[in-house]
Amino acid sequence: MRTTIILKTASNYLLPVLLLFSVFILLRGHYLPGGGFVGGLVAAIAFILHSFANGLKKTKELLMMHPGYLIPTGLAISFLSGLVPVALFDLPFMTGLWSHDPVAILGNIGSALFFDIGVYLVVVGVTLTIIFTISESA
Amino acid sequence: MEILIAIMIGFLYASGIYMMLRRSLVKLIIGIILLGNGANLLIFFLGRITKGAPPIIPGDAKVFTEAFADPVPQALILTAIVISFGLQSFAIVLVKRAHTVVRTDDLDEMNATDEDS
Amino acid sequence: MLTAILTGFLFSIFLVFAGRFFKGKLSLLASLIPLGLFIYFFQFIGPVSNGEVIMRSYQWIPSFGVDLGFKLDGLSLLFSLLISGIGFLVFFYTSSYLKGHQYLDRFYGYLASFMGAMLGLVLSDNMITLFVFWELTSITSFFLIGFNNTSGASRRSALTALGITGIGGLLLLAGALLLNNISGTYSISEMLSMSEAIGDHEHYLTVVLLIFGAAFTKSAQFPFHFWLPGAMKAPTPVSTYLHSATMVKAGVYLLMRFTPVLGGDNIWNTSLLVVGGITMLYSAVHTIFRTDLKGILAYSTISALGILVFLTGLGTREAFLAAAVFIIVHALYKATLFLVTGIIDHQTHTRDVTRLAGLNKVMLPVGIAGILAAISSAGIPPTIGFVGKELTYEASFHSETLMILLMVAIVLTKIFLLYAGFVAGIKPFIGKLPEEHAQVKSPDFVLWTPPLLLAILGLVFGVAPFIIDTPIIKPVVEAMGADASEIHLALWHGFNTVFILSLITIGIGTALYFIIKPSEKLEAAAGRFEFISPESLYERFNRIFIDVSNFWTDFFQNGYLRNYISIIILFLVVLVGYILIGSTNFVIDYHSLSRITVYEITATLILIAGIFYTVFTQSRLAAVVAMGVVGLAICLIFVFYSAPDLAMTQFSIDTLTVILFVLVLYKLPKYLKLSDYKTRLRDGILSAVFGLLVATLALQVIAEPVNKEIGEYYAQNAYLEAHGKNVVNVILVDFRGVDTLIEISVLSIAAVGVFGLMKLRLKMADRKRYQDSQK
Repeated sequence: MRTTIILKTASNYLLPVLLLFSVFILLRGHYLPGGGFVGGLVAAIAFILHSFANGLKKTKELLMMHPGYLIPTGLAISFLSGLVPVALFDLPFMTGLWSHDPVAILGNIGSALFFDIGVYLVVVGVTLTIIFTISESA
Repeated sequence: MEILIAIMIGFLYASGIYMMLRRSLVKLIIGIILLGNGANLLIFFLGRITKGAPPIIPGDAKVFTEAFADPVPQALILTAIVISFGLQSFAIVLVKRAHTVVRTDDLDEMNATDEDS
Repeated sequence: MLTAILTGFLFSIFLVFAGRFFKGKLSLLASLIPLGLFIYFFQFIGPVSNGEVIMRSYQWIPSFGVDLGFKLDGLSLLFSLLISGIGFLVFFYTSSYLKGHQYLDRFYGYLASFMGAMLGLVLSDNMITLFVFWELTSITSFFLIGFNNTSGASRRSALTALGITGIGGLLLLAGALLLNNISGTYSISEMLSMSEAIGDHEHYLTVVLLIFGAAFTKSAQFPFHFWLPGAMKAPTPVSTYLHSATMVKAGVYLLMRFTPVLGGDNIWNTSLLVVGGITMLYSAVHTIFRTDLKGILAYSTISALGILVFLTGLGTREAFLAAAVFIIVHALYKATLFLVTGIIDHQTHTRDVTRLAGLNKVMLPVGIAGILAAISSAGIPPTIGFVGKELTYEASFHSETLMILLMVAIVLTKIFLLYAGFVAGIKPFIGKLPEEHAQVKSPDFVLWTPPLLLAILGLVFGVAPFIIDTPIIKPVVEAMGADASEIHLALWHGFNTVFILSLITIGIGTALYFIIKPSEKLEAAAGRFEFISPESLYERFNRIFIDVSNFWTDFFQNGYLRNYISIIILFLVVLVGYILIGSTNFVIDYHSLSRITVYEITATLILIAGIFYTVFTQSRLAAVVAMGVVGLAICLIFVFYSAPDLAMTQFSIDTLTVILFVLVLYKLPKYLKLSDYKTRLRDGILSAVFGLLVATLALQVIAEPVNKEIGEYYAQNAYLEAHGKNVVNVILVDFRGVDTLIEISVLSIAAVGVFGLMKLRLKMADRKRYQDSQK
């Protein structure tokens, strides 16, 4: 794919910024617009942009693993976050658990946050798997 | 304004169905996407629309003090949008595969189950 | 008690894994299961005969009033003993009868499941549980009838049986629901106390008809009897067990069980008398026209079931007593005759009664069993059959209405049954042994012990009927709601009218046996009326049914996607449009609507323009871009109307969709103009009307008041309960977290699907290359 120098250079700087932004969206989701779905999509778009500028191979090298592995990881995190109250406190599946004191930046940490992180990972994994698979064989 | 949104929904549905009735595979997928957008908008619309009051509890408050938009349709649509992406990509890949195997774009030629027909 | 019922099912599950051990010598061990159950139930005889009723209840679906309620009273106990006792003998017999059969383990599995289902059926006190077990017996019976699944006739008979008894099961379910509606309970014991209220209810007749439907189909009453002769395609142990001793009596059991609830009414009694009477006479006469031993036994079984229904219909204490005794009588002699027939078939490979004679010389024990059973079936003293027949005559004799007619019917039936019993139990064993059977080997003792045991029991009970009267018979009569304090069975009732009738029956029946010889001529004579028999009517109905559904399917399921869509849309438009125009007036309250601003008009125009471009452009790239524009316009709407989360998501997905399309666009087929102007116009009108309909519908809905309770609940509790302020996100990750979990699983599946389809393409290419190289 032929790309301009500007896009190539810009995407190298944009990737970390966009990723940081996606994490920001993920974390603030509980209080303000955002969340795992949108955050995941933004992160996926960041990688796709990078792959457009530098080629799929470079992006894959950067990722170090197939994005498909993110899917089971995310699913497991989400599922376990629901399982924790069952295992530790004998509460129903997916009961929300919360820390008593607010943590810096994040505010209250709860099991819902981990659930959202799982969603984030699944969305990144699914989107990248689909796009990469298609552009590989296209 | 409600009338405008109703008109949009009508257009989305009509165009979606029209595209799905075409024999071309690509048009079929575009039709599904348009129809999906129409359905999302319809759900959003039926949950009643509210201007300038997102369902986010403001600042230091613990509960809503003023009117707010209904969050339930929004949550439904949010998942629907993401799922529809999965559906679209699967449909596209399926069409691509079908095209390479059957070598036709005409849906009418795809209604036999045997590969060698 | 639950364990006892589940044993059969557990054993068949166990067989799935350990089946191969039970195919060989160990197959005898399988019979330990029914034996254990028999001993288990045997110990209840004491308590039950003292008037105790054992109830067990396990929770199942408490919110619907459905529990696993079991009740062991006299009636259930009698049936449980028959099921486990005859079950034991049949299991035992099978290990030799089907020795070395490839699927012996499977057979035992079906048989054990059937036993469990049957026990559940007779022990259930809850109508829903009863229905479940009822259907399970139909299903296991289906597998057993079709056990020889390579034979077309077997499969067809199995389907017929399943069809008929399945319909009956549905009627039972309907009856159960209706009864629940009337009485407010599914428990049969609780219905007992409401029998009057149920009898006075306006739907009483419907309930009775539904229960009749279930009982008559299961117990093969006229005109639903024809599945039973067909079911004789099953291996003989199955015919013995299911189609004479146990399952077919389930219908009779149901009638007996509901006699105290629904009975006592004129409709109930008369219908049972008429249906039972027709069935018993019709099929008893029918036995003359059969030459296949199993066919004869099948029709005489139907006739016996008819007698039981008839007796239940009489509704007197004597009749219940006679029915209870006759159940035992019939189970003993009919099981014996079936087992004997099985042995004959096994050893001589024929069941044609015209070719069988003199087998006594090669299989004496079997002959003894057969002859004893035939005597019991004929009601000749000193067998239990005689006691049963006397009681039956006595009951009919004391009927208040139409005594003569009933007597004639029952005596005639008994005469023909005597004939049938003699043909099946005596004829094959006496006379001259034909040449072709001279070399027949004597059967294994595992085969002949069960029938001999049953036949001897018939004799023992006859000589000493007191063995069974108080312990078993009395509680049965009590369970049917009659006073049973004065019951004493005896062989000798004195020289009275009933005894004279007995003598007449035996005399004429024996004469009939010597006059009429079963022959193919007679069979052919009956065949001439085949075209109006219920069986052929049923088959014709089936054929028409299949033809109509074929036509219907071809018409609607024609394989053209757009036809499906057109039909669905057309129906929707017509139906909804009709109601919309007929019932509402299109009034839009303009004051309640929000003001239209410039931004919104702009967004609408962008969207409409985008749609038009998408639909009418000839360039695929342009269509994709226009589609992106449509998505962005929707995104704007979300921004205007307080849905920031949606706007963000829509924006990202829109971007991704366009990327996706662009990636594959040049690999996708080009746009083709496949349809002509007329079709496009037609489709255009249809979709425009549909769009109009949806838009109108949406506006009409908006005019109605809305219930926002759920949204309010989430909003008010978002921070207090879930510590979040973005309510949409809180719903997604907390309130409805499980839904989201499932949603991301679905997404993952889509990704796996895409991945798989793409990789599959590569493999297909490989295969094509391989095929090309072979050319």
